[in-house]
Amino acid sequence: MEISSLLKRLHQGDARAVARAISLVEDQGQSGPDIMAGLDPKRLETSLVVGITGPPGAGKSTLTASIVKALRNEKTRVGIIAVDPSSPLTGGALLGDRIRMMEHTLDPDVVVRSMATRGRLGGLCAAAGAAVRILAASGCRLVLIETVGIGQSEMDIATLADITMMVLAPGFGDDIQAMKAGILEVVDLLVVNKADQPGAQKLLLDLGREATSSGRVLQTVAREDQGIIRLLDAIFALEQQLRQDNTLQIRRQQARQREALDWTLELLKPFLRQQINSSPTANNDPGEIARQLAGRIIAEHG
Amino acid sequence: MKTIYRVLIGKPGLDGHDRGAKFIARALRDAGFEVIYTGIRRTPDEIASSAIQEDVAAVGLSSMSGAHLRLFPAVVDSLKRAGAEDIPVLGGGIIPEEDKQLLKQGGITSIFTPGTPVDTIIHAFTEACSKQHQSRR
Ligand SMILES: Nc1nc2c(ncn2[C@@H]2O[C@H](COP(=O)(O)OP(=O)(O)OP(=O)(O)O)[C@@H](O)[C@H]2O)c(=O)[nH]1
Ligand SMILES: [Mg+2]
Repeated sequence: MEISSLLKRLHQGDARAVARAISLVEDQGQSGPDIMAGLDPKRLETSLVVGITGPPGAGKSTLTASIVKALRNEKTRVGIIAVDPSSPLTGGALLGDRIRMMEHTLDPDVVVRSMATRGRLGGLCAAAGAAVRILAASGCRLVLIETVGIGQSEMDIATLADITMMVLAPGFGDDIQAMKAGILEVVDLLVVNKADQPGAQKLLLDLGREATSSGRVLQTVAREDQGIIRLLDAIFALEQQLRQDNTLQIRRQQARQREALDWTLELLKPFLRQQINSSPTANNDPGEIARQLAGRIIAEHG
Repeated sequence: MKTIYRVLIGKPGLDGHDRGAKFIARALRDAGFEVIYTGIRRTPDEIASSAIQEDVAAVGLSSMSGAHLRLFPAVVDSLKRAGAEDIPVLGGGIIPEEDKQLLKQGGITSIFTPGTPVDTIIHAFTEACSKQHQSRR
């Protein structure tokens, strides 16, 4: 397909063109840069990217589907990127988040894309940032990114999304016990899902008065579409605030820099591997090998 | 860099026996594919639409209900209507010998039965994906 016609169809919201554009970038095809350069900046500017993270089974996909349902009532076009890990051994991946969103499958204004991490540390694949922008350019007012995780590395999502939220549920208390105080320092919103389950009140208590009265902790029953309107109100109120005080622009700039760093490291890997494999093994300490190599490169180019 | 193939495994129809589908999904994952699994009881249109959104290089269908003669070609037709006839559809399940020819006529490129070795299935997916990727250029 010609890139110009691909871009035209993409901006018309054509499902095939959108999907193919993401693949071309994800597979690092030659046309990737031209596609990215051809995206409508106006649409990128007005779209909002929301990151949804949390432990496995907390209800991220169910909540996403429920948010999508509410947005579709308002005729808002929405994109969803669901990220799951690739197997480090085989490179393969089983991507099953779509199952919870099947009710929207025939709606052309709900675009779901499953992506695998493809060997990158942290929760996000290298191409997710590009996929987000392609979905935004195709007319999605909101792009939701679902990733698994509660650890620090998964917080990569925080640099890619304009607004981040963590989904917790009763029964995951032990996991978050250690970090619960710090959660609101790394995410914007904390959603206590499965509020219909017995442990929900205990979880809220554990989070502490200060957190729960901050307006940044919300309760949902995603399976029953409860609490979703409030959550969306909180998201859009935060968006307005972030746009007004310029925080959104700053976050996006940082996200771009972080992504650029990731891409650079990705592109340098073959060269670095070759340097390491071919250098004489006078030294057995991997740390020292790395320091020497980095030192040589910096001395030459720094 | 090695191309990673994306495939969709889906179960059209009303039967809820997804052991076969899940088995194949995991086998393909272990062979290095990215497998989008859409779960049970999907309509042919839902499967085709998902396949397009996910830009997969092949679709694998599983049916244990005997409705494969209607459902498998219906996915092929749905893809065709959406302008995605280049995505090959493979099918597996309890499929009597005499149905195989009919399914082939209905556009199913490979047909597997419970006796088909996993390696044969993976090989068929690899071939189908490789061909589909060539048509992308
Ligand atoms: N009781 C109750 N169950 C829920 C609720 N929301 C989701 N669930 C159930 O929780 C289970 C996990 O939901 P998912 O949406 O798949 O969770 P997830 O976080 O996306 O899971 P992974 O993608 O595997 O990490 C499913 O069985 C849902 O039906 C809720 O509000 N209440
Ligand atoms: Mg999920």
